[in-house]
Amino acid sequence: MLELDAIQKRLIEEVADLHAVPSGAYNFRANGKLAGRSTTANIDIVSKENGRGIDIRIKPGTKNESVHIPVVLSASGLKETVYNDFYVGADCDVVIVAGCGIDNCGSQDSQHDGVHRFYLGKNARVRYVEKHYGSGDGEGQRILNPVTEVYQDEGSSMEMEMEQIKGVDSTRRLTLAQLQAGARLVVKERLMTHGSQEAVSDYQVNLDGAGATADVVSRSVARDHSTQTFNARITGNAPCSGHTECDSIIMDQGRILAIPSLEANHVDAMLVHEAAIGKIAGDQLIKLMTLGLTEAEAEEQIINGFLR
Amino acid sequence: MLEIQDLSFAVTEDKREKEIIHNLNLTIPDGKFVVITGPNGSGKSTLARLIMGIEKPLAGRLLLDGQDITPLDVTQRARLGVSFAFQQPVRFKGIRVHDLLRLAAGRNLSVSAACEYLSEVGLCARDYIEREINSSLSGGELKRIEIATLLARRTRLSVFDEPEAGIDLWSFQNLIRIFEKMRSEILDSSIVIISHQERILQIADEIVVLSQGQITSQGSPQEILPELMGQTVPMSICEKLQ
Repeated sequence: MLELDAIQKRLIEEVADLHAVPSGAYNFRANGKLAGRSTTANIDIVSKENGRGIDIRIKPGTKNESVHIPVVLSASGLKETVYNDFYVGADCDVVIVAGCGIDNCGSQDSQHDGVHRFYLGKNARVRYVEKHYGSGDGEGQRILNPVTEVYQDEGSSMEMEMEQIKGVDSTRRLTLAQLQAGARLVVKERLMTHGSQEAVSDYQVNLDGAGATADVVSRSVARDHSTQTFNARITGNAPCSGHTECDSIIMDQGRILAIPSLEANHVDAMLVHEAAIGKIAGDQLIKLMTLGLTEAEAEEQIINGFLR
Repeated sequence: MLEIQDLSFAVTEDKREKEIIHNLNLTIPDGKFVVITGPNGSGKSTLARLIMGIEKPLAGRLLLDGQDITPLDVTQRARLGVSFAFQQPVRFKGIRVHDLLRLAAGRNLSVSAACEYLSEVGLCARDYIEREINSSLSGGELKRIEIATLLARRTRLSVFDEPEAGIDLWSFQNLIRIFEKMRSEILDSSIVIISHQERILQIADEIVVLSQGQITSQGSPQEILPELMGQTVPMSICEKLQ
């Protein structure tokens, strides 16, 4: 595949489920350099003039097309910040797959900070999938600090699936969204931390237009000595509805801080938050053990289901 | 065959030991449908949990086909062929009906195979197979799925802890049909049901009456039911709904 080595190919499979070159538009970045790019009649990808990112422009009305922009880091000690801007035209219906995989076998920290900005035109629909994955047994840390900004015009829809299940030592995620009238945002975050990992996830969603809706749902598992902070803030500035939910399983010596917050600046803003943290229920383990699973197997099934 | 020998179990309440099961002896032969009944607090559910290994006895032994299973944990007993249906089925976020049936069967289960088990408990697989086993399911639906997991396991000893608890009357009618079918297909396996319901007592091969952790009587429905009538133990279902 392109100019990728075996480790990079494995990382690409983990973060983008890609086993071959994808059929639509793509931009592969490996160890800070462009490793392959393809554009289509409707989707153009150009490098920014300062070399620190790309602009992805999707023509209005583009439907059933996809863009893959995976990033892999396999060299120890590499630190980069890239800016990727997506301009999604009106009435589009597209899938965007991002994701970053870091393999660090060295002693220096590897870090990728991706800043993704989405500008959705009127009635555009985007499904955005982002996976983070880390591997390698070096002492150097694997660090990912993604920033996602979403600007949604009237009637647009953004569904975001963000997943970080394994191997990232430190992550600070910031997601900002501004929704105009009738726009819809759905966020599904899945996070698992282990070892001494640290993860912080901040959401700031502004519902600025009448009929805007947001649903931000995070499910996380904190194992070993890892720590997590979930901070979701929804602000309603118009007749709108917003819901945020943080549901966490705590294990071992893990620590979780959930801070859902709501701000209503309009009498017709309907905002709800839910947060729950708890260990795996004993009767869930026993039920699966009555089916013949060991306690460890039962635990794995419960976590896999929870993070689905 | 399950043999329960001199089984005792106690809990500590307010720093005092309270005996729940007292020196109990019972044999559940192969091919038998045995219903254990008794007033609330008589130790029925505790006995069921002791059979599955969820609770550990203070004294006594449990033998499954002659093998002492007393020191074995829940997983080991499950693998030897003991199944257990919870009085209050457990909910799981994210685990789907298909997943649970697959885990119960211990193998990859096709949709059509899963459909077999679900249709036996009166659920349409198309509507349920992808559903999560969470609070969106009603008590009756959960109960039927719980029973379907036992059907998928097809073990030699199935223990049901108050299967009628928490289900509506419409589901109850179906429940009776499921147990009648299980009884007709029992072969050399055994079924133990903890129940208060007269309709379930009626289809038993044997009724065991428990009171204060001890067996007070044991026999066929013909022998035991008249003795129980007039007591508060069996609760008959509304005639008009039968």
